[in-house]
Amino acid sequence: MDVFLQQTINGLTLGAIYALIALGYTMVYGIIQLINFAHGEIFAAGGYIGVIALSFLQARGVLERHPILGLFLAFFLAMFYCAFLAVALERVAYKPLRGASRLALLLSALGMSIFFSNGMMLCQGVYDKAYPHFFTSGGFNIGGAIITNMQVFIMVGSVILMVTLNIFVNRTRLGKAMRATAQDRTMSAILGINADKTIVTTFVIGASLAAAAGVMVGLYYGSVRFDMGFIPGIKAFAAAVLGGIGNLTGAMIGGMMIGMVEIFAAGYLASEYKDVFAFIILILVLYFRPTGIMGVQVDDTRV
Amino acid sequence: MMKKPLKFIVFLIWAFILLFPMLAVNEGQFVWDRLLKVMGVLAFGGILVMAYNAAMKGRSLKSAMFKGGLPFKVPKKVMIWTGIVIVLILPWVTDNYAKDVAINVLIYIALGLGLNIVVGLAGLLDLGYIAFYAVGAYTYALLNTQYGIPFWVALPMGCLISALAGTVIGYPTLKMRGDYLAIVTLGFGEIIRIVLNNWDKVTQGPNGVLGIKAPSIYYPAIGDGGFQFAQLYMKNLTWLYYLILVLALITMAAVNRLNYSRIGRAWMAVREDETAAELTGIHTTRMKLFAYILGAIFAGVAGAFFAAKVRYVNPSSFVFLESALVLCIVVLGGMGSIPGIVLGAAAIIVLPEMFRGLELYRMAAFGGAMTFMMVFRPEGLIPAKHKRPETDVGDVPLEEGRGRAES
Amino acid sequence: MLRVEDIHTYYDHIHALKGISLQIKEKEIVCLIGSNGAGKSTTLMTINGVIHPSHGKITFLNMDISQVPADKVAGRGISQVPEGRRILPRLSVADNLEMGAFLRKDKKGIKKTLAEVFDLFPALAMRKKQQGGTLSGGEQQMLAIGRALMAQPKLLLLDEPSLGLAPIIVDKIFEIIAHINQTGTTIFLVEQNANLALNISKRAYVMETGLITLQGPAKELAQNEDVRKAYLG
Repeated sequence: MDVFLQQTINGLTLGAIYALIALGYTMVYGIIQLINFAHGEIFAAGGYIGVIALSFLQARGVLERHPILGLFLAFFLAMFYCAFLAVALERVAYKPLRGASRLALLLSALGMSIFFSNGMMLCQGVYDKAYPHFFTSGGFNIGGAIITNMQVFIMVGSVILMVTLNIFVNRTRLGKAMRATAQDRTMSAILGINADKTIVTTFVIGASLAAAAGVMVGLYYGSVRFDMGFIPGIKAFAAAVLGGIGNLTGAMIGGMMIGMVEIFAAGYLASEYKDVFAFIILILVLYFRPTGIMGVQVDDTRV
Repeated sequence: MMKKPLKFIVFLIWAFILLFPMLAVNEGQFVWDRLLKVMGVLAFGGILVMAYNAAMKGRSLKSAMFKGGLPFKVPKKVMIWTGIVIVLILPWVTDNYAKDVAINVLIYIALGLGLNIVVGLAGLLDLGYIAFYAVGAYTYALLNTQYGIPFWVALPMGCLISALAGTVIGYPTLKMRGDYLAIVTLGFGEIIRIVLNNWDKVTQGPNGVLGIKAPSIYYPAIGDGGFQFAQLYMKNLTWLYYLILVLALITMAAVNRLNYSRIGRAWMAVREDETAAELTGIHTTRMKLFAYILGAIFAGVAGAFFAAKVRYVNPSSFVFLESALVLCIVVLGGMGSIPGIVLGAAAIIVLPEMFRGLELYRMAAFGGAMTFMMVFRPEGLIPAKHKRPETDVGDVPLEEGRGRAES
Repeated sequence: MLRVEDIHTYYDHIHALKGISLQIKEKEIVCLIGSNGAGKSTTLMTINGVIHPSHGKITFLNMDISQVPADKVAGRGISQVPEGRRILPRLSVADNLEMGAFLRKDKKGIKKTLAEVFDLFPALAMRKKQQGGTLSGGEQQMLAIGRALMAQPKLLLLDEPSLGLAPIIVDKIFEIIAHINQTGTTIFLVEQNANLALNISKRAYVMETGLITLQGPAKELAQNEDVRKAYLG
């Protein structure tokens, strides 16, 4: 029983991370019908900025004196940086292609994904970059399973982020404008909503969440790598599709499910093949129920 | 007039902001040399471009590069015949290194042509193409090492298995919409790689399969005792070069015929507008599957050859990056254009060899180039010339969405 | 208030508007009638900036808005109730209305306008939290009009408000349109149902395949022989 509980805890932690990344995919697809291939790399960049910030603070002795502050600073810097990165990405690779064929957009996104991951390799090297071993220890016992402090932090942190997103999207003017643009871009323009600004906002929010996920992964697994965005990126996209592309709640649920499936399948079935399960789910969902669990939410006026 | 320099300065500021944390922070210190180097290169490059534009007064670099053709005029026939001669005599005038490079180029040409059928002709976004290459390679590898089957017998078997793989993967996925198809094919490609890496019993896992025999031919020889057949293993690079050359030429011929055939036109119709194609009586699902399977077969053949040449296969040759590379070749060279693909394959293999020191920058450059091409010249380096009787001259198959009213 | 001069618009490679000129003065209701495909919707879309004309000029309140994009045109004071209502389906009624007031910054004013809209359309007041896509045709039309009114527009464009609605509801809608005009909003109405349109309008234009063929006071056109034969059944 405690194995089951342990797996659940691990699955929820991983799921929370996937959910954060999946939100970025689903929001961008919802508003401009593009699979942002480079989103995984933004997640990786977040992880890098986190470790760069934390090592800097550690070397300067700041981290010892104010660990919590340092941690939050790392998150903030990562999210801030990735927002910039995402805006640049959109301006350079996606905006000029608005209205072009899907293939062109996809290839542009793919090109940027390759460019970013290799760019990070050139800047930071091919080896893993280790996170400072500051926050990793400690945890407590729940019914025979152990839940570490880090796991609690990740779960609570992602919940806070997701709730904030929810409030933003459902209760604020800008958030509703984003949803409006995703549902009917032309009509939103007629109402005075500037599509460009809304789209940029979407990218910024998605990137911030992915950045946070990147820092969390770095803290949780202890290190980051330039190519760490590739496979989690695909899995997070699978999660977004599973939940219903364009649907925010769907992305959150999908992320959780993919995380749980991965941990359980690795634990009870075959751990070498754990990456395969997310792909299989993706293929099954797209074949049998392409609208996902919660249903698609996209501007379908575009052919 | 003042806009360009202003834009450039904004660009430099952005570059600085984005590069600073990645390049200039090391533990507790700020290290400026790498960042300044990169900023210097960017600034210098940008100034060069702007100076060129100013000097050319109206014929900007962009328009010169992308609307014109080659910078010099050579009669077509001379170019073609020179090319043919070079290709034919290559093994006799170069060393092993060059031959190896040439063989690699030809392999990628074959792959590019195969993917071109899927992506360029039929418009299916396949990001997992390398999986079929792997299937072909491993089929020959295993048939040869486990059962001693020689190359020429294994080749048709490999084709069959590749076709089977194409059917199995293609059937469920081809119903999906464009971008989803891309992700799913990527997923399949990864699944195959992971399986190859982990199914130790059959595929030897990450260790790979060793001891594959090269293709062999029998030739009549006079030996002691009279007339008999001797076996020659084509381990020699020269033999291999001609073999892959023949394979590549067959692929080229096949693609060329397909381009102008009814099937080819059906594929193009599906690519342009699937619903319309369905309405004119084209069995879109069947056609898409056929394109997919055909592409798989070409990749399988190339894969079998690859296994025979290198005589060792392991999963790391078949990573997603390879799929992306082949896609780059097709897209950068010009979708559906055979000379474009040849040029693309040559560029992607030869350029990094020439600039050995810059090898690390290779993939980053290709990624950037792919985006760059999509934004500025989606038709590729050498655009395909399709017959489009109902519209005007020129073919920019990727631009069909532009210029429409915002609606 | 609005002056359209010799507009040519291409839509999907078709020469949809072949030289349209019309005028709308303040506080008027002007209508544009014509059969299906004549180019009426295209005219509205050109005016509010979704499509841009290739020739000609559109002036609104003495400012050239010919090439101004749609979201900026909204900022100048033009609102539209588009063809097919185009309710934001997964936003609630209240949210749809809130989006109508997107460009306004006066919170108190917005609340006041919202109350006025709910007064005008009590059916909407009962369904504040309901998702837009689940409303009936008539309710959606009311929501679309309410949404346009939230912006307190200087010029209200209406594209085929009668389309797809039961006659009783259509009558109610047109009553409301007339009422809106009486409270001071200028209206430009595009309609296939010429009867209703000419009834409430002051002036009218008749459009056929991209050209204005007739214009004048609505009452006169209602009596016009050709108009009667072609459009008034």
